[in-house]
Amino acid sequence: MAHEATMSPLAHADDHGHDHHHETPNVFGFWLYLMTDCILFGSIFAAFAVLRNQFAGGPSGKELFDLTNVGIETAILLFSSITYGFASLNALAKNKTMVLVWLAITFVLGLSFVGLEVSEFSHMIAEGNGPDRSAFLSAFFTLVGTHGLHVTCGLIWMAVLMVQMMGPQDLSQRMMDKLTCLSLFWHFLDIVWICVFSFVYLAGVM
Amino acid sequence: MLGKLSLSAIPFDVPILVGTFLGVAVIGLAVLGAVTYFGKWGYLWREWLTTVDHKRLAVMYIILAIVMLFRGFADAIMMRTQLALAYAGNPGYLPPHHYDQIFSAHGTIMIFFMAMAFMTGLLNLVVPLQIGARDVAFPFLNSLSFYMTLVGALLINISLFIGEFAQCGWLVYPPLSEMQFSPGVGVDYYIWAVQISGVGTLLTGVNFFTTIVKMRAPGMGWMQMPVFTWTAFCTTVLIMASFPVLTVTLALLSLDRYLGMHFFTNDAGGNVMLYLSMIWTWGHPEVYILVIPAFGVFSEVTSTFSRKPLFGYNTMVYATCSIMVLSFVVWVHHFFTMGAGANVNTFFGIMTMVIAVPTGVKIFNWLFTMYKGRVEFTAPMYWTIGFMITFSIGGMTGVMMAMPAADWILHNSLFLIAHFHNVIIGGVYFGYIAGMGFWFPKAFGFKLNEAWGKRAFWCWFVGFYLAFVPLYVLGLEGMTRRMNHYDNPDWRPWLLIAEAGAVVIALGIVCQLTQLYVSIRDRNLPENLDLTGDPWGGRTLEWSISSPPPAYNFAVIPDIHGLDTFHTEKQLGRRAHNKPLEPIHMPKNTAAGALIGAFSFILGFGAIWYIWWMAGLGLIGIVVTMILRSANRDVDYYVPVSEIEHNEEVYSRRIAAAQAAE
Repeated sequence: MAHEATMSPLAHADDHGHDHHHETPNVFGFWLYLMTDCILFGSIFAAFAVLRNQFAGGPSGKELFDLTNVGIETAILLFSSITYGFASLNALAKNKTMVLVWLAITFVLGLSFVGLEVSEFSHMIAEGNGPDRSAFLSAFFTLVGTHGLHVTCGLIWMAVLMVQMMGPQDLSQRMMDKLTCLSLFWHFLDIVWICVFSFVYLAGVM
Repeated sequence: MLGKLSLSAIPFDVPILVGTFLGVAVIGLAVLGAVTYFGKWGYLWREWLTTVDHKRLAVMYIILAIVMLFRGFADAIMMRTQLALAYAGNPGYLPPHHYDQIFSAHGTIMIFFMAMAFMTGLLNLVVPLQIGARDVAFPFLNSLSFYMTLVGALLINISLFIGEFAQCGWLVYPPLSEMQFSPGVGVDYYIWAVQISGVGTLLTGVNFFTTIVKMRAPGMGWMQMPVFTWTAFCTTVLIMASFPVLTVTLALLSLDRYLGMHFFTNDAGGNVMLYLSMIWTWGHPEVYILVIPAFGVFSEVTSTFSRKPLFGYNTMVYATCSIMVLSFVVWVHHFFTMGAGANVNTFFGIMTMVIAVPTGVKIFNWLFTMYKGRVEFTAPMYWTIGFMITFSIGGMTGVMMAMPAADWILHNSLFLIAHFHNVIIGGVYFGYIAGMGFWFPKAFGFKLNEAWGKRAFWCWFVGFYLAFVPLYVLGLEGMTRRMNHYDNPDWRPWLLIAEAGAVVIALGIVCQLTQLYVSIRDRNLPENLDLTGDPWGGRTLEWSISSPPPAYNFAVIPDIHGLDTFHTEKQLGRRAHNKPLEPIHMPKNTAAGALIGAFSFILGFGAIWYIWWMAGLGLIGIVVTMILRSANRDVDYYVPVSEIEHNEEVYSRRIAAAQAAE
């Protein structure tokens, strides 16, 4: 039965010393998808790198970016990775209630991140520095916005999983796979954000 | 309410389009009527439209590819006819506005919806069978990928009758494709059709990569994989590495068009050359995504019909992998004239020439496979030999243009057009048709007619040279691509010869249709029936099971001991297995792929015409369907042993009947 999970990796975790999260085709396939997503972000980063000084007489990053705000965003997102990690640990311990609690906390953190980003964007647009102002701002809004869009999709996914988990049933293997995939996705977005923070905001202000 | 859409979007004033529309409508109604008359809707829905069986998806992909071949070829012969007429005082019959849409649609359709669909179809049909798997890793995603491709094809064809298509070439270069110069919906049709089908292709890449990595039969190490599977593997790597770049490039162009951003505009700091670099970062690997599986087909065909193992299996694998890697470091050769500087151009020129080395290795491997073999000249073998000659010539003109200095003369001339048709028709198309002839009996249980296959080959082969050698000459004489009128008397004879070539190719297509008709008509003749499942004396696992195979492919997953295990076992006289049968776990059919496809269509059409409620509806539909699908637990079933036993018994009786007939 080659197309189904031939073993349940998490149940056998103690028997194998190696990384046991990548055994099923589902998780492997999702990991591949993340690599393609990585190339997608890489392409947008490349476009940003080419256009980052094309201000067209408009404001530069130095004039626009508020590092305090970005710092708070960064802290929130990194912290949400830790809380997701707690959800994963509880999933391994089959403690469904605590999984839901930690996912809910992660969800709130993710939502705050998106909220802060939307307010940053709307503030900039209100001042006439929207994505149509210059090539630099087009690239900035697209890169940061694509990351934000990913986080939003992650939030929708998280909400759906939480609803699907409610009820009396135990955590199934299928659900464990989904939690692992979302976990990969969530941590991946953190890594992308660190690049955004360094190459867009920090490099823009310096 | 209806965005940009109004009655004036329908081109009543263009007789060619009205006629085409009537033709399509009549044929469409006839097909729908026939399905209704014979009461086949239920069958069609249950067995085909909702299927997750890779073999049936393969058939649907290839049917789509053949239909798109007609569309793409109709465009081609219209262009050739225009240029045969439009000399000096005669403006021809196609105004520039229409002609420009035709060459843009021709390239887009042939690459994205003919070649890509055909390639994906062959991968679907063959890869799981060659590695001894019962399905792909993600059968539902496979169905979804098909519908994404189909929706892209539908959108691009609807642009014929509602609105217009892009007029700025098959890669819609900015700034011409920006809102400022292309305010119509043509470029939007292009963007949405390619984006939606691109998602499908990306999913196919992930799906088949996972399938090949995770689902090979026990004992099949990497160097025991059949060559076609190796080429499929390299293609999926290229798809995963390059299609995200295409998605981003077109997304940035859409942001320019829809939200007034400045990625590729002339003003506000936009950079047109960024677009060229990005689109060709996808575009060059794309060429290899198409041709590498064709190399796989030629390898299987040559070794089967030469009755020899493939010469230099290892070098073939290494050559394929080298091409896979090198395809990412040559993209600048598509725009040497951009002026990146001598050093940059030199690097990319040399890398381009280096690609010729592994490709040359392959040509010699095939030649040495044939050398001292008992070559059986079937139609697939004809296409293969035709390929070796044609592709070598195309490769050599490619190396010529890899020299930046020569490219400065030949850039955007008809020489370039001749070159890439030389490799795409001679490599990709010949390969897919050889593959179709080779694996047709596996899919349907009967062979294609040989005589008509060979006639089709000769028409295509001769027609190709008649149509494209003149373009080499014209390119050297200075004729650029995409012209729709000319005054130079020296060009005219060559363009008339090219037109004749297009007509000969048309005859080739007629022969191929006749071949299909004759083959289906005579399918029950004993010489056409494939009772054993191994009509050619094949070497790889797909020939070890019945034709067509049961839904689960293999009653018992075979054990692999080396390269071409099936062939070795035939030689040793061991064919029967004696493992006990077990119930087989299989995925259930699902309408979710078709539904998501339908909503993608609504999303795409709404976005093209600025009908935002419609686009929103499509998007919500996609998300809701995906959520419902993820909550559905009733997605699989078990095939009982009794049913497997019954199928195996029928198959044994067919083999016995075939042996008795001999």
